[in-house]
Amino acid sequence: MKNYFFISLSGLLFGFGLSLSAMLDRHRIINFLDITGNWDPTLLFVMFSAVLVTVVFFRFILRRHAPILDNRFRVPTRKDIDASLLVGSAIFGAGWGLAGYCPGPGFAAMTLGSINAILFTLAYITGSLLSSYYSRKLQGENKP
Amino acid sequence: MNLTIYMPAITGGLLIGISACLLLLFNGRIAGLSGIINGLISPEKNEILWRTVFIVSLLGGATFHYYFFNHTPFTTDTFSPVFMITGGLLVGFGTRMGGGCTSGHGVCGLGRLSLRSLIATMTFMLTAIITVFIFRHIFNII
Repeated sequence: MKNYFFISLSGLLFGFGLSLSAMLDRHRIINFLDITGNWDPTLLFVMFSAVLVTVVFFRFILRRHAPILDNRFRVPTRKDIDASLLVGSAIFGAGWGLAGYCPGPGFAAMTLGSINAILFTLAYITGSLLSSYYSRKLQGENKP
Repeated sequence: MNLTIYMPAITGGLLIGISACLLLLFNGRIAGLSGIINGLISPEKNEILWRTVFIVSLLGGATFHYYFFNHTPFTTDTFSPVFMITGGLLVGFGTRMGGGCTSGHGVCGLGRLSLRSLIATMTFMLTAIITVFIFRHIFNII
C-alpha cells in the first residue's frame, strides 16, 4: 500500500497545482500562445517554477541507484532525435493551440463539468489509438 | 511588473515540480501525463494500477482546489466542438507519436536536461504559437 501513497500524493499535488495556477482555463493557454496579441505570461511562470524544481532536484534523485520504493528508475533512455519526435511534437502543438488544452489540463478540466474538456478527452483517446494503430502499421510495412 | 498576481501561477508550478520529484524519488516514474494516460488507453501488465491511482488523484486534487479554494475567475468558455474534436485528435495522436507532452517533455524532460525533450518542447511551443496566430489573427475564429 505504501507504494501507492506517494503516487497518490504526487497526483494530488499535480492536480492541485494545475487548478491553482489557472491552467484549467484553456483561454489563458491560448492567450499565452498568442505572442503577437494580448499576451498572458501565466503559463511561463508555471513552467519556469516547475522546471526550476525538477532541474535542481532530479539530478540528486537520479544519482541514487534506485528509487526509494522500487528496484529501478523507469526513465526514458533514448537520445536520438528522430522524425517521430519532431512530427509528433509538431502535431501535438497544433492541437494544443486549437483546443487550448494539453493532456493534463484537458483531463482535469472534465471534473469542473466542462463539456469542452469531455469532448477533448474523447477525441484525445481516439487520436492516441489512431497513433498506436498507425505506428504498428508502419512497423509492419518496414519488416521484410 | 506586478509579480503578486502571478503568485498562484508560481506556487502552482512549484507544486507540479514537487509532484514530479516525489514520483521520481519514491517510485522511479516520470510524471508525464500523456505517457500515463496513453499507458491506460493501451494497457500494459503491471502498469495499470499506479497510473490509475495517479490520474484519479490528479482529478481529485484539481477538484479539491477548484471547489474549496478561492480561484481566479475563468474566462467565459463557449462550446467549441470543432476545436475540441480536432484539437483532441491532434494532441492524442501527436503526444503518442512524439513520446510526451508539456509535463513529460516539458517539466520532466527539461529537468533531466534531455536534448530530445528540449527539442520536442521547442517544436510544440512553436507550432502551437503558429496555430494560434493563424486561427486568431488571420481567420479570427479562436
